[in-house]
Amino acid sequence: MKYIDEFRDGATARKLAEAIAREADPRRTYRIMEFCGGHTHAIARYGIADLLPPNVRLIHGPGCPVCVLPIGRIDAAIALALERRAILCTYGDTMRVPASEQLSLMKAKARGADIRMIYAASDCLRIAAEHPGREVVFFAIGFETTTPPTAVVILEAARAGIPNFSVFCNHVLTPSAINHILESPEVRGLGTVPLDAFIGPAHVSTIIGSQPYEFFAEEYEKPVVIAGFEPLDVLQAIRMIVRQLNEGRAEVENEFTRAVTPEGNAKAKRLVAEVFELRRSFEWRGLGEVPYSALRVKERYRPFDAEARFGIGYRSVPDHKACECGAILRGVKRPQDCKLFATACSPENPMGSCMVSSEGACAAHYTYGRFRSRAA
Amino acid sequence: MRRLDFKRGRIDMTHGAGGRASAQLVEELFRAQFDNAWLASANDGACFAVPAGRMVMATDSHVVSPLFFPGGDIGCLAVHGTVNDVAMMGARPLYLTAGFILEEGLALADLRRIVESMGRAAREAGVSIVAGDTKVVEQGSGDGVFITTTGVGVVPPGVNPSGDRAQPGDRVIVSGTLGDHGVAIMSQRENLGFATTIESDTAALHGLVEAMLAVAPDLHCLRDPTRGGLATTLNELASQSGVGIVLDEQALPIRPEVAAACELLGLDPLYVANEGKLVAICAPADASRVVEAMRAHPLGRRAAIVGTVAQDAHRFVQMETSFGGKRMVDWLVGEQLPRIC
Amino acid sequence: MCLAIPARVVELLPGEMACVEVGGVRKDCSLALVDGISVGDFVVLHVGYAIQRLDATEAERTLALFAEAGLAA
Repeated sequence: MKYIDEFRDGATARKLAEAIAREADPRRTYRIMEFCGGHTHAIARYGIADLLPPNVRLIHGPGCPVCVLPIGRIDAAIALALERRAILCTYGDTMRVPASEQLSLMKAKARGADIRMIYAASDCLRIAAEHPGREVVFFAIGFETTTPPTAVVILEAARAGIPNFSVFCNHVLTPSAINHILESPEVRGLGTVPLDAFIGPAHVSTIIGSQPYEFFAEEYEKPVVIAGFEPLDVLQAIRMIVRQLNEGRAEVENEFTRAVTPEGNAKAKRLVAEVFELRRSFEWRGLGEVPYSALRVKERYRPFDAEARFGIGYRSVPDHKACECGAILRGVKRPQDCKLFATACSPENPMGSCMVSSEGACAAHYTYGRFRSRAA
Repeated sequence: MRRLDFKRGRIDMTHGAGGRASAQLVEELFRAQFDNAWLASANDGACFAVPAGRMVMATDSHVVSPLFFPGGDIGCLAVHGTVNDVAMMGARPLYLTAGFILEEGLALADLRRIVESMGRAAREAGVSIVAGDTKVVEQGSGDGVFITTTGVGVVPPGVNPSGDRAQPGDRVIVSGTLGDHGVAIMSQRENLGFATTIESDTAALHGLVEAMLAVAPDLHCLRDPTRGGLATTLNELASQSGVGIVLDEQALPIRPEVAAACELLGLDPLYVANEGKLVAICAPADASRVVEAMRAHPLGRRAAIVGTVAQDAHRFVQMETSFGGKRMVDWLVGEQLPRIC
Repeated sequence: MCLAIPARVVELLPGEMACVEVGGVRKDCSLALVDGISVGDFVVLHVGYAIQRLDATEAERTLALFAEAGLAA
């Protein structure tokens, strides 16, 4: 597969790892947070942590939009299907997320809810056309990568005057989340979890560009290197971060130049701005309320806003008391530090956001790295 | 009574009621396609002499959707599935039964196509379908056709593959490329909408098993990695035998198109179903002889040693990646769904 | 979060669509989020949409940077 296989070459990976080991200063530690579910996955799947010297540590950030989706929002989606009898269209990732009362979308489906898994947002419009007598709701989730397709379907629905389609919008914003982590007491004030640098998300950055990260580099004086999705990209980005830290620089660098420009995708951004506006605040599972971190459908497109159309209220539902997801998402604790990890909490029976999707730190560790901590 | 209209006719509730319509369906379709003395005798059961030695019996239900897919259909899948279950016990399959649950409204043309395919698959495999049953359920209660097949076979002496016999040091062998069937099925799911030339690998494997047993009668384990893929089967075997397994990622035979389709959908080929492949675990001394025998057989051309059995109280299945690191290959959690993240 | 994959455009289709190919597998996708795409271009494909054009020159340059890691000693 072109532009995929070359970026997964094992021999090159080892050379990059050796270069990192050579350049890393043995007198210090490098704490690097990656903020992209795709990166979490690549790191775990290829065992990248195994290749790095012990003083270069990777910390998993809240890079998974499914994981940070609050229980209350899933409850609302389930209610749309079970109680309001809408056809609920969703990406596969959300199907198994546990919500209140032992339900999930998958379980609600077993109870008779009409829940359909889709691969592309445009599938919703097809379903709406096929079922003119039913309400069709798109359970829209995702960061900036996935938001533009939602904008496109709303615009198409508006253009075509589709009467039975709306979107339950749960799109969230990357820079807000990074900011929230950096503003958290542990990181900003107390310095107990020193985070030295960030690996910037791959595909979010194709949309928003590299420019929005300048703020972090300046304000917090931490380097940000945007990395491509493949393991060699991640290793090269780590190498670039190590160099920046050694040289005392705090800049935004772009490793993923083949898909990311400073400006990003202007057309996509324009379409998103046409359809969506910022919410003043939004609850993130594990992080609490985060200001200006999520989107809602603009007044102009109200007929396509499921929250307005169905009068959806929101009830916040807390996680299990012993769940350490909040600390794990901020890089303060590791999965294995949580009492519930691999005991009460597992991919089959996730108790918190980090275990819910395969991108979550706990799920990735459980699936790929659990044996290491057992052996240790 | 007018003959069945295979062009435009449909299954209705009378076909399952046990009366004339049922009898006609059996006579003009099932008996005609499966064509053997047992069915011709029109009794409710088939009588056969019991061979000396040990017998194996296995059963399988098939609910695949779509009914027709590149490389096969629910009919031949049903025959291959049970033939393979029997073969994985080291047995030579002899007789099958076939139970049908048909949905009211199913086109007779489709049913005939399926039954023809079953007859052909059975003849090619050298087995007879000797008894069966048909019921009809109301429209909306089934996916067109559900088929349950049960098979019996006979095991030669000295042959004893069992899931609890894997030992540290043993080699893990697969008979060919992984994930073909699952990808072929998914390519037909309209909302996933991708086009590929990949076909299902559905096949009867008893001939291949015989070739393997001829050079190594004491194979420790044999299993076909169907639902849940190779990863699930290996986890089952590791668990039953109380051992660990370490795979070599670079040794896994996977077609580039299957790898690409899995990339597109966010799936791991290790967890994708196969219907014409087997996993064998054998003593290290037997491994190369077994692989050679497999490669000489049409269904084993891409056979390869893909891993080793290890001492491991945790019974983990792990894989050495092309990067030189290790990752877990855990049990499948629920059903593997295409993902966006 | 970003399961996205580089895919080659093999055919332009009406309605701002294209047929793309990855490792021999073909899929239709929407070009509503990108401009100026031609047959032979590579795009980044995410949930049925091309979200950006892949710059082949930059891809080669990046690979060259990786290779350079092995030369320094």
